[in-house]
Amino acid sequence: MPLDPSFIGRSYQPSQPYDVSREKIREFADAIGATSPAYRDAEAAKALGHRDVIAPPTFAIVVSMKTNETVMFDPELKLDYSRVVHGDQNFIHHRPITAGDQLVSVAHIDAITSRMGNDMVTVRTEISTVEGELVTTAKSMLVVRGEDA
Amino acid sequence: MTVEVGTELPPLSVRLTRADLVRYAGASLDFNPIHWNEKTAKDVGLPDVIAHGMLTMAVASRIVAEWIGDPGAIVEYGCRFGRPVVVPNDDDGALVEVTAKVTKELEDGTVKVNINAAFEGKSVLTGAFARVRVS
Repeated sequence: MPLDPSFIGRSYQPSQPYDVSREKIREFADAIGATSPAYRDAEAAKALGHRDVIAPPTFAIVVSMKTNETVMFDPELKLDYSRVVHGDQNFIHHRPITAGDQLVSVAHIDAITSRMGNDMVTVRTEISTVEGELVTTAKSMLVVRGEDA
Repeated sequence: MTVEVGTELPPLSVRLTRADLVRYAGASLDFNPIHWNEKTAKDVGLPDVIAHGMLTMAVASRIVAEWIGDPGAIVEYGCRFGRPVVVPNDDDGALVEVTAKVTKELEDGTVKVNINAAFEGKSVLTGAFARVRVS
C-alpha cells in the first residue's frame, strides 16, 4: 500500500543531544581509511582554522541515522522498514562537525513519491548545536521496495 | 593551489574486505546484517554480503579530502546508491576505484567536483559530487 502523502511536511521531536568526541571521530576515520591529520590531531586541525578535530564529511550519518529511524519507526506512517534501502544521500555542511559539539537533530519529511511500486521518502535532518547553531543539513532518500518490486 | 575546471584529482584505489565492513558497522552503528551475514544477504536476494553504501560514499570522499588538504573545505557531498559493492569472504575483498574531476566553478568561492567510484568496471555511486571551498 502506498505511503500516505499527507505526511509530507511532518517534523519530528528533536533528538537527545549527541556528544561528538575526538575518539569517535578517530574511530570513524580509521573505519573509512581516512588519514587526514584534521581528523586526528587537534593542533593540525587548529592550524587549518578549526576549533578542534573535525569529522569526515559523511560522519553526520551517525547522527542522522537515528532521526531517520524515528521516521522509519513512526507507527502512523506504517512504513515496512524491512523493505527499506538507502536511495541517495546528501550532506550540506554549514561548518564541519567538530569534536566537542553537542548536536541535536530534527527530522522532516520533505517528500513522499511512488514509482513503479516503490515508495520514496525524503527525510531532511537539520543538525544543530544545543546552542542553536545550524551545522549540517543531511538529506536521505529511503526507498521502500514494493511487494512485487 | 590552482584549481581549474578540468583538473583531475589523483586517483584512489581502496580494497574493502569483510573486516572493513565489520569495522565500519561498529564505527557507524549500522549493524544491518546484509553487510556481514551471507545468509541474510542471500535471503534478501543479494549475491553475497555487500558493503554499506555509506562506506563506499565515505571512502570516495577521501579522494577530495586528500587532494584539498583541509577536509573542512568540503561544504556539500552527495550521491545516489546505484549498484552494490559485493564483498567476498576472502583476503582480497572488493576493489573500489575512485576518480574525480573539477567540473564547475561556482560564484560562492566553491568548485564542483564530480566523483566516480567503480567496482568491477561499473559505477556504484551515481551522480556523486562534492562542492569544495577553494577561496
